[in-house]
Amino acid sequence: MDNNTLLLLGDEAVAQGALDAGVSGFYAYPGTPSTEIMEYVQHSTQAAEKNIHRTWSANEKTALEAALGMSYTGKRTMAMMKHVGLNVAADPFINSGITGANGGIIVTVADDPSMHSSQDEQDSRVLANFAMVPILEPSNQQEAYQMCFTAFELSEKFQTPVMLRLTTRIAHSRSGVKRGAPLDENQLAMPADKRQFVLLPAIARGRYKLLLEKQPSLEDEANNSAYNHYYEGSDTRMGIIASGIAYNYVMENFQDQPCPYPLLKLSQYPIPRKYIERMVNECDEVLVIEEGMPVVEEKLRGLLDRGPTVVKGRMTGELPRDGELNPRLVRKALGLEANPSTGAPEVIAPRPPALCPGCSHIDAYHAINEAIKAEYGDGHVFADIGCYTLGALPPFEAINSCVDMGASITMAKGAADAGLYPSAAVIGDSTFTHSGMTGLLDAVIENSNLVVFILDNSTTAMTGGQNSHANGRLRQICTGLGVDPEHIRSIMPKRNTHDQFVQIIKEELSYEGVSVIIPQRECVQTQLRRAKQKQQGGKQ
Amino acid sequence: MKLDIILAGVGGQGILSIATVIGYAAVQSGLDLKQAETHGMSQRGGDVQSHLRISDHTIYSDLVPEGAADIILSVEPMESLRYIPYLSPQGWLVTNTTPFKNIPNYPDLDKILKEVDKVPHHVAIDADGMAKDLKNSRGMNMVMTGAASLFMDIDFEKLKEGIRYSFGRKGQDIVDLNIATLEAGRKFAEENRSL
Repeated sequence: MDNNTLLLLGDEAVAQGALDAGVSGFYAYPGTPSTEIMEYVQHSTQAAEKNIHRTWSANEKTALEAALGMSYTGKRTMAMMKHVGLNVAADPFINSGITGANGGIIVTVADDPSMHSSQDEQDSRVLANFAMVPILEPSNQQEAYQMCFTAFELSEKFQTPVMLRLTTRIAHSRSGVKRGAPLDENQLAMPADKRQFVLLPAIARGRYKLLLEKQPSLEDEANNSAYNHYYEGSDTRMGIIASGIAYNYVMENFQDQPCPYPLLKLSQYPIPRKYIERMVNECDEVLVIEEGMPVVEEKLRGLLDRGPTVVKGRMTGELPRDGELNPRLVRKALGLEANPSTGAPEVIAPRPPALCPGCSHIDAYHAINEAIKAEYGDGHVFADIGCYTLGALPPFEAINSCVDMGASITMAKGAADAGLYPSAAVIGDSTFTHSGMTGLLDAVIENSNLVVFILDNSTTAMTGGQNSHANGRLRQICTGLGVDPEHIRSIMPKRNTHDQFVQIIKEELSYEGVSVIIPQRECVQTQLRRAKQKQQGGKQ
Repeated sequence: MKLDIILAGVGGQGILSIATVIGYAAVQSGLDLKQAETHGMSQRGGDVQSHLRISDHTIYSDLVPEGAADIILSVEPMESLRYIPYLSPQGWLVTNTTPFKNIPNYPDLDKILKEVDKVPHHVAIDADGMAKDLKNSRGMNMVMTGAASLFMDIDFEKLKEGIRYSFGRKGQDIVDLNIATLEAGRKFAEENRSL
């Protein structure tokens, strides 16, 4: 590898690509598998020297809106999130398709098929199609880097946000990436049309027509994109469409002999009809291989599925309908003989993730179980998304829900409205400032009978210990939202404060109204890291 | 050449430090590399794996196909068995024998080691014990790297360079200690391989 080649995770390749393509600001909330993009930027001297914006946002919605504000000024910007984060940011995302862009704006979304660290495996391409926004989907780390340049150009040329779609295996896989010549940042330049971003109905109707009118040009771009390629094949009984990383799994299986079938490598959308038509005309069957949901397959087949060409893929059982792809699954779909392989011995026990030894959540769950589960039975505790979700598993089995960021407080409120007593919520400090505060306000307005535990470990722990917006502000925020200060209780969760903790919970259960209990003790992982840094002279 | 390695262990055991050393050696040898890692929830004490693929021609898949791994390098005995479907019939299973017990139903260690014995090409090594004997209490990973190096078509000197690269900022003593640990692991494998 030469000096210009770096060994980068897919996530890091995106970060470096955007930096080299003249980005002025990154906006994100941590979420696996997208977190390492911002982390790379935060450690980059290039970003520091140019003072590129790289502070975490409160959530994905605030991140994307801030990015849109930067695009408004003519500068290039990127918002990054995991797939479910795009749901949180769906409002600005969909409407940014209508406002369009000024400076280039890339929305990088990392999907997590097989739900390695997620609540669902939704495919972000569906939302991009919904917003009528073009998508770039890299098949390798080099493309992930290069596509940042392409996406900014595309965004500025057509005044549209561009989605850069990653999936877990490319986001978290490392490979050599050759850098290009870095570009300068854009200068401040306001939009030519000062009402471009004013989506008043009368203006929005016009902007929406513009969005519709852009679509054929965006498809032309995909038809002529260097990232889409039609490889000829002599055996036309079958054609293969492989999108993003699925292309690699196809090629992995044709190492020893060239692929005999026509093969469309698909990495830029809208779906390039030129190639699809050619394949359908040439081949008896088309096998669609995509990482995620059958997005292309479903479009190709159509509702009635009466085309002369047989379309196969995830919807016909050639590939599983759910879960991520791998070389074995693709090999089977291609009709090739399986590699010889032995099954794993039966003696192996599953090893699920668990709370770290010494974690403050352990003490919190012991107290919550004693005060609530032991007294009133199971079924009273609504929880949220973070390390503490592991409280659903043995030995705690302390929580009864985990749905989306912030849903603990609002679900507990709904249950209390229905007459459930006690009704409690468990939410982490970072999740609280992400999406819990507005729910707490709802509860305050109605004086709902709730006990809300904000487990404050002073970091965004699950994703690796990023700074939490809640740090040192929780009591102030709760007071500001209108919680009675007498019913905002703090406790240091430790083995020797257990009885006191249980007593506090009991007192607040007897109060008819909104109580907030804040067990505060730093995450053992970030504490360890800080101690190490101190040892090494205070530098990260 | 082509070298597919599955690195296995438990979140927190630091298998990525092994990947860094081998990866550096591969890159310095002018080879291509892809390395898929486990991030996120499993890092909290769950089972973790990393797929390390090294080749002198284009590597497509980020994941090692089942039945294709040349080496399973596991820092924990039960975890070594989890990935047996990936091992090629000619592949080597190189595992630490010190269990990491963070689950209540951890199986009987003898049963696990018996399964390891059934794999035709294997090396089982008490890497924690050896690291301790070498006064390198955190050197288990380098014992394992040294043991597995015997089955890698990579210049051993390049692996030492990988250690210099990885541990350089901790000082020459730490570098020397880890190189000695690496050599001890390799020597053990030379003397105790199953075939």
